[in-house]
Amino acid sequence: MALALQTFSTVGDANAALKATGTRYLGGGTLVVRAANEGDISVSGLVRSTDPSLSAIEIDNGKARIGASVTMAAIARHPELGAIAKAARAVGGPAIRNMATVGGNLFAPAPYGDFAVALLALGATVDTDDGEMPIEDFLAGRDGSRAIVTSVRFELPKAENFRFLKVSRVKPKGVSVLSIAAALEQAGDSTVSSVRIALGCMADRPMRARGAEKALIGSTLNQDGIAAALAAAGEGTSPITDPIASAWYRAEVLPVHLGRLLLG
Amino acid sequence: MAKVPVQFTLNGSEKAEFVEGGTTLLHALRDKIGDTSPKGGCHQGTCGACSVIIDGELRLSCLTLAETCGGADIRTTSGLAEAGVLHPLQRAFLDAFATQCGFCTPGMIMAAKVLLDHTPNPSREDVVEALSGNICRCTGYEPIIQAVLTAARANSQNAA
Ligand SMILES: Cc1cc2nc3c(=O)[nH]c(=O)nc-3n(C[C@H](O)[C@H](O)[C@H](O)COP(=O)(O)OP(=O)(O)OC[C@H]3O[C@@H](n4cnc5c(N)ncnc54)[C@H](O)[C@@H]3O)c2cc1C
Ligand code: FES
Ligand code: FES
Repeated sequence: MALALQTFSTVGDANAALKATGTRYLGGGTLVVRAANEGDISVSGLVRSTDPSLSAIEIDNGKARIGASVTMAAIARHPELGAIAKAARAVGGPAIRNMATVGGNLFAPAPYGDFAVALLALGATVDTDDGEMPIEDFLAGRDGSRAIVTSVRFELPKAENFRFLKVSRVKPKGVSVLSIAAALEQAGDSTVSSVRIALGCMADRPMRARGAEKALIGSTLNQDGIAAALAAAGEGTSPITDPIASAWYRAEVLPVHLGRLLLG
Repeated sequence: MAKVPVQFTLNGSEKAEFVEGGTTLLHALRDKIGDTSPKGGCHQGTCGACSVIIDGELRLSCLTLAETCGGADIRTTSGLAEAGVLHPLQRAFLDAFATQCGFCTPGMIMAAKVLLDHTPNPSREDVVEALSGNICRCTGYEPIIQAVLTAARANSQNAA
């Protein structure tokens, strides 16, 4: 089917064109072109912007701003993004990582969205052409969103304070059974002083494990210390069922993998 | 719908085509330009048979719109042999029986080529990672991994 692609040099012009019905933004195209190849006729036109700011990575004073068109491969090889490189490398195989953008990952339905899981744990801010918002609000409202995402911003974690785990059946690049990201700080006595945990595949989009977070505050990262958090890990989840795993299976293995992430 | 002009270099020679909006690079290469080395296995990004090198990076031509390739440098397996002499990767694939039905081979070779361009002496792990987006239904992968390692050794011997 014919698809009209419109390319604009500014985000503003691209955003205006995106208001037309049947029009979608083209990031790396790994999901949207695939949908078109599969015969999805809800997409009749594609819009993209070549604005250079969309492809920029800026790091200043411990704060990172990553443009929406930046690819997973660019993040994985960036010398100052080592702490989160693992999450970018978890997305697809090498060719997919050369194409898959940050912007697209924020929209990817489960079992995809591994990098968005990391951004959720980092408490990122999502910038759109209409303004900025916390990633939680963005994810909750993304289905109705008609604004181009321009960048994500977050405080760069210390490598030892950020943990990421993707569980897949096919190694090294299979689709997620689940993914977990945790941004975690410990006090002088090594008890947990702050923590944000995000889960992938435990709902239709990345979600926080708030029960587990609450249970971890003030506890020590050992078998006994994390027991309550593991018991609470599944609170509020409604895992997806797909050819990779059933909802039941995902729910059963979540505490096991969260335990490994926290003790590892 | 109006056709869109696209111009790029394919294996070093200039190509210009008119394509319909939404035409994938895979379709343009195979059915318009006549380079059938990239294969269409799944059209979903899953099999890697359509892998090509665009501006030095491995990409999936089935998920790339031809229109977005204006001015790009595109490399496919059909451009590897020089004056009838196979590229070391092609030679190694043949010698190692790393190609059986051959459907995955051009994609595997492109994935291996970018690896060796950046990492001339890869470890086995590097090879497995580099080929992780490419599916082979015939060989069981081991001969392919061996072929890439052999080609890397042949390259570094030539360079020495
Ligand atoms: C074989 C294969 C394997 C994959 N494996 C993984 C994996 O392991 N982990 C994973 O997380 N994902 C995976 N994916 C999914 C996908 O590649 C990634 O989620 C990727 O990050 C999507 O980005 P994209 O730029 O390709 O999105 P596109 O396909 O370009 O866009 C996806 C959606 O997001 C919208 N969009 C994109 N950018 C913007 C923007 N800036 N503003 C507004 N809307 C936008 C588009 O309109 C579209 O609706 C895989 C896909 C394939 C085909
Ligand atoms: S045809 Fe492109 S990945 Fe299978
Ligand atoms: S040789 Fe047949 S698919 Fe690989």
